[in-house]
Amino acid sequence: MTHLTNFEIFLLLTIVKIAIVLVITLMAVAYTVLLERKVLGRLQNRWGPSRVGPFGLLQPLVDGLKLFLKEDMMPLAVERPLFILAPIIALGCALISIAVVPFGALTLVHGVDLFQIANLNIGLLVILGVTSIGVYGIALSGWSSNSKYSLFGSLRSTAQMISYELALGLSLVGVVMRAQSLSLRDIVASQSAHGAISWNVFGGFQTIAFFIYLMAAYAETNRSPFDLSEAESELVAGYHTEYSSMKFAMFFMAEYANMITVSCVATLLFLGGASSPLGHLFDGFASGPILTALFSIAWFVAKVFSFLLLYIWVRGTLPRFRYDQLMGFGWKFLLPVAMVNILATALALAWHG
Amino acid sequence: MEIVLFLIFGLLAVAGALNLLFQRHPINSALSLVVVMMSLAVLYWSLGAEFLAAAQVIVYAGAIMVLFIFVVMLLNAGEEDRSSHGSKIAYIAGIPGAAAIFCLLSFVFLSERKHLGATTLGGYLTSTVSNITEISHTLFTSLLLPFEVTSILILVAILGAVVLARKEL
Repeated sequence: MTHLTNFEIFLLLTIVKIAIVLVITLMAVAYTVLLERKVLGRLQNRWGPSRVGPFGLLQPLVDGLKLFLKEDMMPLAVERPLFILAPIIALGCALISIAVVPFGALTLVHGVDLFQIANLNIGLLVILGVTSIGVYGIALSGWSSNSKYSLFGSLRSTAQMISYELALGLSLVGVVMRAQSLSLRDIVASQSAHGAISWNVFGGFQTIAFFIYLMAAYAETNRSPFDLSEAESELVAGYHTEYSSMKFAMFFMAEYANMITVSCVATLLFLGGASSPLGHLFDGFASGPILTALFSIAWFVAKVFSFLLLYIWVRGTLPRFRYDQLMGFGWKFLLPVAMVNILATALALAWHG
Repeated sequence: MEIVLFLIFGLLAVAGALNLLFQRHPINSALSLVVVMMSLAVLYWSLGAEFLAAAQVIVYAGAIMVLFIFVVMLLNAGEEDRSSHGSKIAYIAGIPGAAAIFCLLSFVFLSERKHLGATTLGGYLTSTVSNITEISHTLFTSLLLPFEVTSILILVAILGAVVLARKEL
């Protein structure tokens, strides 16, 4: 690789990283759907998908094929450009924010970090910004569909996302104050000293912030028990009622990609990212650079996977909120508690100097 | 690199601003404004002010404009009515106002012509000192009083909104 300049190496590696991360994310989205159907099936005392392939493992591919081959209906009264633009915004924003997530230990090859597409010093803000742009996808889809079910679904969903974005953002401030940085690598590094004891959720005393984040994140991704926007008994299917074929699939993929992003952020900010919960206890055991990298990725994937499992478990357990309860909970409970948490963290940090 | 970004997103911002004026439907106008905000954010970032760019996206594009679009959706505002000839005040104040802004801008550009080519904002905001550290130091030391006054102003605005909304209920 000596005849390539540094910039060319950077460019090539970045393109390869983007391609690999994109493929893995989309596969993860497909298999999260299968996981959800299987686990929900088990929770409700039935089998879940089991016909296609061993244990139903090929089900997501067949589902994708089915959605791809379906007729792409375009209702007559829709606002055409915005109707097409809305799913693109939703899926695009859901996939962009994965770019700043570091999913392994820092591994430099020719000065390029292998396990993160872009290490920005405001990575957390980028994720928040991209999430807030994603609201447009939902808002526009409901309005441009020219259908009252879609409009109601998107109004509910937009109001819910705007409200819970505040609690979500404020719950992260304590973590940022402890790490003194908005870079996701620095935040992970700030909690990797002694394994699980120094994670923000335990030793960092951000337990309250963690639970606020968890609840706000469920509302932010429109998942049960906050999935008012697609309450089937009231609104047919919510904001994507009028969508069919690939355009519907894009909303569907965006929802699951958002779930994965939110789980990644929770892992990075509260559970020490790709660091081992055992700290440096077994560092001599797995010493080579390849083993270290593989173990860090395995820890990261395990943590994200447990968050996804929690998502599904909650969906199988809790009934849906009523809309006024949802708003009251967000504004009158989560937001004040998040503010008190910021004050307490700031005072504790000032006290320790 | 920076000049290419500047040209692309500068043109995009101008095109978005013009589209904002020419579109007849309020949602299309609001979306053009979002395009302007996002292009401005990219321009900030290319100058090295990444915190300002993120704040621009989160606050303006992600919060304020979403509320605009939300209200337009909620009221289901239709196409703009062009049968009336607009307000008289706009006709009287418009042309002198535009002329005044043009004169002011050209005065600034002409008087500062020497420095224009030599600005090194991108070089000044290097990544050695984090952008956020610099901004927060300035905000909480030399600009503390304006900062606090602004926060009280915003608090008053929030209270005012609550009072107005209570009357409606």
